[in-house]
Amino acid sequence: MRYIPNSPDERAEMLESIGLSSADELFRSIPADVQLGRKLNITDPLAEPEVIAALEEMAAKNAAATKPSFLGAGVYSHYSPTIVDHLIQRSEFFTSYTPYQPEISQGTLQYIFEFQTLICQLTGMEVANASMYDGSTAMAEAYLMAQRVTRRNKIVVAASVHPEYRAVARTYTQHGDAEIVEVAFDETSGRLSDLSILDDKTAALVVQSPNFFGCIEDLKALAEAAHAVGALLVVVVTEAISLGLLKSPGACGADIVVGEGQSFGIPMSFGGPHVGLFATQEKFVRQMPGRLCGVAYDKNGNRGFVLTLSTREQHIRREKATSNICTNQGLIALAATIYMEAMGRQGLQEVAEQNAQKAAYAKQKIAAIEGFSIPFSAPTFNEFVVRALRPAADVLEKLRTDNGIIAGLALSKYYERQDTDFLVCVTETSTKTKIDDLVNALSK
Amino acid sequence: MSNIPENLRYSKDHEWILADGENATIGITDYAQHSLGDVVYIDMPRVGDKFGAHEAFGSVESVKAVSEVFTPIAGEITEVNNGLNDTPEKVNSDPYGDGWFIKIKMENPNGVDAMLSSEEYDEYLAANA
Repeated sequence: MRYIPNSPDERAEMLESIGLSSADELFRSIPADVQLGRKLNITDPLAEPEVIAALEEMAAKNAAATKPSFLGAGVYSHYSPTIVDHLIQRSEFFTSYTPYQPEISQGTLQYIFEFQTLICQLTGMEVANASMYDGSTAMAEAYLMAQRVTRRNKIVVAASVHPEYRAVARTYTQHGDAEIVEVAFDETSGRLSDLSILDDKTAALVVQSPNFFGCIEDLKALAEAAHAVGALLVVVVTEAISLGLLKSPGACGADIVVGEGQSFGIPMSFGGPHVGLFATQEKFVRQMPGRLCGVAYDKNGNRGFVLTLSTREQHIRREKATSNICTNQGLIALAATIYMEAMGRQGLQEVAEQNAQKAAYAKQKIAAIEGFSIPFSAPTFNEFVVRALRPAADVLEKLRTDNGIIAGLALSKYYERQDTDFLVCVTETSTKTKIDDLVNALSK
Repeated sequence: MSNIPENLRYSKDHEWILADGENATIGITDYAQHSLGDVVYIDMPRVGDKFGAHEAFGSVESVKAVSEVFTPIAGEITEVNNGLNDTPEKVNSDPYGDGWFIKIKMENPNGVDAMLSSEEYDEYLAANA
């Protein structure tokens, strides 16, 4: 948008030309009873240094994630190489928006194509789109896609899928005809086992792995169970770094893989903006939501990038489009692409291994502390549940005030019956000293 | 000039129908395929799906556009031309032969007589196209 300055004289002239005497008259179509009729209740103006001081005082009340933090639960602390932030700030990228005249933006299409390729390689799937808003909306779109593919309406979602993802997906699909059924996890292993709820009306079985409790699901068995009734297996990945170590969902039989790409070089930023991942098998590509970039060759055989299969999309297909997402999370997807390419195959594997090793060390140490136990037996990646003898919220509050450690997330917020449980996340940014400090603090 | 075989009946939506008792084969006309350009994909219904007359039973996608295809007459799908998944270009090269879309069991086979004859369709094209 252009910046067009105007003087008081020019404003008066413009008002006069449309027959008004004041700018307030522009708003006379707003009924008087909904107008505020007084000044906003805010303090008098402050000098710039005073504003900064006031904001700093407010900021100091936050327990910043720069303190030793073991919070995960969907947003993860990972090291991001400085090249990521540096490159995305190039002006050609920074005003990033999904291009409406795409083929003149070859550089943009190229990085989208690279992003899609990398997501396919990591998830073990055949096609990935140009990205979604975030992991939770990607999951909601997977519900809708499974309904389109199977022409069935029942969505069976595990209670061990991130509670906020389930809430977003419920909101997102509430005006459609999806029948959403939640299936309980096994309280000993922490993962799904009883799948008797699946039937010939089920469009999809939706699971997260590692799940909200950090437990790695037996995806192969879940895929077999879903496929046995003609349903799709939708795998949700909230911790994308796990893809550097675990067998890919695609190799386990997933039909749709959705996830959150925040772990790939994106700051935690109070929960957003992040980037959604969406991948599937080629046979379902026309039912896939979102934009898709492809490679084409011109008449001279030169390679070029194009937006492909746009006929699925809203600007062509109108109300019959496969989805009403007609954009992507451009800048964040670019950051994730640069992160993946800067890390490389070995780098991603190494980060994933560090996460698993450090988390295993912390889990072992905490399990040995009197009064604390590990309630779930399933293998974990970089998160695990710890069970205390008293309410977890009290334990965490004491660690925060006494030791300045954010030790994790109390599960009672989402799972009422797990009042004494808390979720601990250990990544490559958790040094051994920090882990030992946590263990010592819990031991007291 | 469009090719308009005399043995078929036509709809104003540019579908053709070949009736045989209560069964019928349906496709799009030579005029329709020519207007669409190179066909790249056809979204088909499933066997057993039921449609009323003039309902969209699928869509046909060309390089630049996507258009719905309509049932000229009510009935139940008995067969779809899965061969078009791999060779959608047959809709362009042989619209009245290998490029057929669906076979249906008609609710009211007599309804076919009310559809346009080849001459009437030719006149319709001359007046409207």
